[in-house]
Amino acid sequence: MFFTYLRRELAGRRRQTAIIAIGMALAIALVMIVNAVSTGVRDAQAQVLQSVYGVGTDLTVTATPAAPGEGDGPQRFEFGADDGETADGSTSISQSRLTSGPGSQTFDASSLDTVQGLGGVSAAAATLALENVTFSGELPDFSAQQDGTDRVAPGDGTGEQPPQGGFDGAGGSAFDVDRVSVLGVDPAGAAVGPLSSVELADGRGLESGDTGQAVVVLDATYATSAELAVGDTIDLGGTDFEVVGTVASTSADATTASNAYIPLDLAQSISGQDGMISDLYVQADSSDRIDAVQAEIEEALPDATVSTQADLASQVSGSLSTASSLISNLGLWVSLAVLVAAFLIAILFTIQGVTRRTREFGTLKAIGWRNGRIVGQVAGESLVQGLIGGAAGLVIGLAGIWIVNLMGLTLGGSAGGITAGGPGGAAMQGADASGAMPGGMAGGPFGAAAATQTTTEVVLNAPVTVGVIAIAIGLAVLGGLAAGAIGGWRASRLRPAEALRSVA
Amino acid sequence: MTAVETGAVHAAGAEASTETGPATPARPKGTHMYVLENVTKQYAGKRTVTALKDVSLEIAAGQMVAIQGPTGGGKSTLLQMLGALDRPTSGRVRLGESDISHLPDAKLARVRAKEVGFVFQGFNLIPTLTAQENVETALEPLGVPGPERRRRAAEALAAVGLADRATHVPGELSGGQQQRVAIARALVKEPDVLLADEPTGALDEETRDEILGLLEGLWRDRGLTLVIVTHDSAVARRAERRLHIKHGTVTER
Ligand SMILES: Nc1ncnc2c1ncn2[C@@H]1O[C@H](COP(=O)(O)OP(=O)(O)O)[C@@H](O)[C@H]1O
Ligand SMILES: [Mg+2]
Repeated sequence: MFFTYLRRELAGRRRQTAIIAIGMALAIALVMIVNAVSTGVRDAQAQVLQSVYGVGTDLTVTATPAAPGEGDGPQRFEFGADDGETADGSTSISQSRLTSGPGSQTFDASSLDTVQGLGGVSAAAATLALENVTFSGELPDFSAQQDGTDRVAPGDGTGEQPPQGGFDGAGGSAFDVDRVSVLGVDPAGAAVGPLSSVELADGRGLESGDTGQAVVVLDATYATSAELAVGDTIDLGGTDFEVVGTVASTSADATTASNAYIPLDLAQSISGQDGMISDLYVQADSSDRIDAVQAEIEEALPDATVSTQADLASQVSGSLSTASSLISNLGLWVSLAVLVAAFLIAILFTIQGVTRRTREFGTLKAIGWRNGRIVGQVAGESLVQGLIGGAAGLVIGLAGIWIVNLMGLTLGGSAGGITAGGPGGAAMQGADASGAMPGGMAGGPFGAAAATQTTTEVVLNAPVTVGVIAIAIGLAVLGGLAAGAIGGWRASRLRPAEALRSVA
Repeated sequence: MTAVETGAVHAAGAEASTETGPATPARPKGTHMYVLENVTKQYAGKRTVTALKDVSLEIAAGQMVAIQGPTGGGKSTLLQMLGALDRPTSGRVRLGESDISHLPDAKLARVRAKEVGFVFQGFNLIPTLTAQENVETALEPLGVPGPERRRRAAEALAAVGLADRATHVPGELSGGQQQRVAIARALVKEPDVLLADEPTGALDEETRDEILGLLEGLWRDRGLTLVIVTHDSAVARRAERRLHIKHGTVTER
């Protein structure tokens, strides 16, 4: 009788069933799509982070950046009188320097042992992030008098950047500044750290035997653009490194964390930073101990900045962070509002239905139906209406997610540069914005962060998870039960004597 | 104070036997089906309405009683007291051996399910259910298993002459046919009492006679106690006993 009655009611009152189900379906579909897209955006953020910090990194340790202006002075290229060849009075020079960029901080490598000795740490790796700047160009005859109105074309802050300094009236001169981000890594182990999220594109990776050897593994994208291949050599800080392999990111069609990877000890000695490192990558024993490990490291290394993945995620910038905040704010509120509206519609229509059926329920009570039986009938009807809405919502939602994925939205994001450590963007602003460099060749901050700030393009993929489907079913049941409970409560309060009310 | 003594008039055809129903009267003749003692029913509201004032009466088992009176006089309220739809504000209502004036809701529902059949002016069928299913709703609270429920409902429909309309919904039936379905629904549980509140009020004259004939026949055949509220003097004349209710006060006619 229960199911016969249920079936007849739903079939006999199609309009009410349709309105409730459609409302629920749209709301559920929207919640599903928002949920899937926000998962997709979170995945994209994780991919961006992974390409920079590597897989499995729970925490990173960097030196706390010094206040601006403190520490590094402006970089200075000094050329001896006999550098280069002389032809028609000008000087052709080329020099490369391997340094940590301005604003970046290093700390003692013994911190690695300190961190590895802490409880809750399952793996840790140290890197030294450097930048190789190759300066090449032609200097005019210095006998010509400098008249002080130097101009530099604004650079774009990324990759190769040819600032063209000109001396008025004294012929032309052209300089090329070539930046390559270089990461010194322990060649023996890549369990954590940036190299854990790369795969070999060509040649081989760094091996434990490479310690002290002038070998380099290049990012495949960089290698292509610099026209370098396995077997070639590259000048880093005045030392010729042999290219032994190229690597690409596993997580996204993006560049890896750095342009070049060399053994840590060489990175330290060539840059004159023996025993120093810039970043520690730490993996915790278990994900619920990350906060505890963070606190431990902060205590052991009071001068360091310890960041969790969550901290790092908040540093992801670009269209990704826009999408992320759009989804988490607007998307969440809109879908909540639609959901509330759908629930209200379901509840109001159910109440209206019960009111319209006052005489029907009164009659059933008059012929002996118990209250609970009638409440159950009303709740059952609402539940099935909700489930019909849920099923339709599931289909609409899956279609919506499918369409979102079909659109192949690309999100770009960049995580805070490794060398710059945190607020690294500031350094690059100088190179970006200034049209003129003061004080001739020696002056001017070269934005160190520019080369190492990796922008990762990720195609948005909104996944259909068990969670998304559970949300749809859960909301359908919840909406149905909410409407059924309220409608049932109304029905339970009807007096059996309503049956005798004369026909209006 | 209105004390009405029951006349010792008994159902003339209570001994009749048919192939469609049990011939034995629900109660032995001569016993009281109902005993009402000083029943008062008030409706609280902005202004308290006294729908029944200190009513005392007895209704014998198997009796056919017609209740008449002006609109708002208290006819339906009296029927609610008899049908265990509501409790009196004060006084006692005895149905058979049990006092139904102080029972909790669940027990009242049980009394309605087992002992009382209702027929309403507006038929009160469930519009989405077929005639057969409407009749079956009366057996639902009794926990009658499916096959037996269907068989008994089909028999009840046949008894009111609607075997061929079992699969029709109320909207596909005429008023008279709908009231027949409602009568089948009231009788399928084989109650002691059949209460009808203006059962012909919504019907034309011809159909009215048809329905009254049916009710009277069933009353005669099954030994029911039949209480029928009606505006129609023609109907009232066919009853063994006539009560008149005005301003909540019952008088014998
Ligand atoms: N639920 C109720 N609430 C308030 N007053 C009611 C209610 N039911 C009936 N009444 C009042 O009780 C009186 C008797 O009503 P009723 O028994 O329906 O009369 P009848 O059936 O004779 O027309 C009327 O005055 C009516 O307005
Ligand atoms: Mg009435």
